[in-house]
Amino acid sequence: MSTTGEGMAPEVESFAFSEENLEKIRGILARYPEDRRASAVLPLLHLAQEQHGGWLPRAALDHVADFLGMPRIQVYEVATFYDMFNTEPVGRIQVRVCTTTPCWLCGSDEVLRACREVLGVEVGESTPDGRFYLREFECLGACANAPVLWVDDDYFEDLDYARTKAVLEALKRGERPRPGPQSGRRGSMPAGGKTTLLFEEK
Amino acid sequence: MLHDRDRIFTNLYGEQPWNLEAARKRGDWDGTKDLILRGREALVQEIKDSGLRGRGGAGFPTGLKWSFMPKQSDGGPVYLVVNADESEPGTCKDREIIRNDPHKLIEGCVLASAAMGCTHCYIYIRGEFVREARILEAAIAEAYEAGLVGRDACGSGYDIEIHLHRGAGAYICGEETGLLESLEGKKGQPRLKPPFPAAVGLYGRPTTVNNVETIAVVPTILRRGAAWFAGLGRQNNTGTKIFCISGHVNQPCTVEEEMGIPLKTLIEKHAGGVRGGWDNLLAIIPGGSSVPLIPKSVCEAVRMDFDSLREAQSGLGTAGVIVMDRSTDIVRAIARLSKFYMHESCGQCTPCREGTGWLWRMVTRLAEGKAEIAEIDLVWDVTKQIEGHTICALGDAAAWPVQGLIRHFRDELERRIVARKSGGDRAAA
Repeated sequence: MSTTGEGMAPEVESFAFSEENLEKIRGILARYPEDRRASAVLPLLHLAQEQHGGWLPRAALDHVADFLGMPRIQVYEVATFYDMFNTEPVGRIQVRVCTTTPCWLCGSDEVLRACREVLGVEVGESTPDGRFYLREFECLGACANAPVLWVDDDYFEDLDYARTKAVLEALKRGERPRPGPQSGRRGSMPAGGKTTLLFEEK
Repeated sequence: MLHDRDRIFTNLYGEQPWNLEAARKRGDWDGTKDLILRGREALVQEIKDSGLRGRGGAGFPTGLKWSFMPKQSDGGPVYLVVNADESEPGTCKDREIIRNDPHKLIEGCVLASAAMGCTHCYIYIRGEFVREARILEAAIAEAYEAGLVGRDACGSGYDIEIHLHRGAGAYICGEETGLLESLEGKKGQPRLKPPFPAAVGLYGRPTTVNNVETIAVVPTILRRGAAWFAGLGRQNNTGTKIFCISGHVNQPCTVEEEMGIPLKTLIEKHAGGVRGGWDNLLAIIPGGSSVPLIPKSVCEAVRMDFDSLREAQSGLGTAGVIVMDRSTDIVRAIARLSKFYMHESCGQCTPCREGTGWLWRMVTRLAEGKAEIAEIDLVWDVTKQIEGHTICALGDAAAWPVQGLIRHFRDELERRIVARKSGGDRAAA
């Protein structure tokens, strides 16, 4: 268990950005005033987490803090304040189920059930092989396509039990299922067809 | 009802490409230089005359907000910050603008910046919108490439830098000063006001924070004129609005309509009606999770605009319409929102940090009927101790849904308590 405080896993001894990420960081820093490097903390933590397989060891937080000239405690505060950062090891593929009211009304309980069944883990757990991490998430902002599942960079929308199962089974097989509405409709257009933007009026 | 010729977001469903070439065909970036050259005062006046009110939830008059910015430059940076941290449950409109019509937003950033004398613009997008952020970033790059943004933007002689900044999952960063804190590299904990951002904002400099939709409608208003926009909707509630309809409707969707459209018409015309028919309706949260629900009786005639919904003791908020039919466990639906606010409270103010947890635990008990009748008034009292006693509006936003529940469903709360006392768990369910 952690000896360095709640939510901090200490076992990784060192972290340094890859050359490729250092190149990206140069572009990121250029967006902010020179004396406001701390503004780059979220982008850098995103990069560090991506580089480190989906979570941020304390060594990475320290590296980002030193890199930006910030007090380390400020970076710990930031890393534990925002939901997207994991300060403990998690499965590589992050499966996040929106369960806030609009998704709940449209059956997020069933999406969650399918996730538990296919992945064989409870919310907050990773699969023993380290491939998948399952968690609940607050409103993902795609409510007209509820219920929604967020896997890595993609939203899977208009889900039910069977569609969720199909998406997860495909991911398990190593495939990349097509993101977006699994109902086949386009974006957030009404399923029965457009009611606007018909440009038929005289 | 809005005609297609009056719709601003003509690529709302992404049927055409988002890129610059397609955007130009839709009319974006047409004569932007001439618009910039009208000058600050004329641009602010046009937006004032249009009656545009902020689309992020509070509905503050946009032109007036812009007029708070310093009139004279002191040579230092002045900021426009666009709030694309769309996280209010029930709301998914900015996502459609960003991924399908990003150039409307970018052109809006240029024009709004010109109107306020801004030198730099940051667009703060929620971290979960990974794909959307990539599109917006590519669209900004296109605009730089074409000379529309950057030094001498659109050949106007005006310089404006636009950058994208990704958040990392925190609802509170949608609060404008929480957003500024986050952008400065801190926890997103809202600031005490005053001073207001127009005086002391990002990096202590003059700043205006506007919602994505607010900024994205600006170019069309300036091109077609304030009178056109003000001619839609009704007085003090003008223009078009993107509505997001979710929950128990036959065809959930996002749609641009005229401000003030009757709620019932909105749902029946665009969302395929309430599941099981209009009479199967129980209640609607009309403006995102932060506004109080309204029962079916109010839904019958209410119009979707700021003032009509305020008169109905609710609000237009973000125009995220969450529909609940009679199969809904209304107490659980609100309890889940209480859990949301508990999770998202930044922890800075005691009434909110502690109160949101109280509300969640109490409303969860009420859902099961595990309470005394007198506790309903106690819950009400707790909401009143949170409301108005916090630095930002998250406290109010946590209080209002619970107040709406008690206001309109007190009978149901009492029924569950009585049923539980007399018949055990089964009768209360």
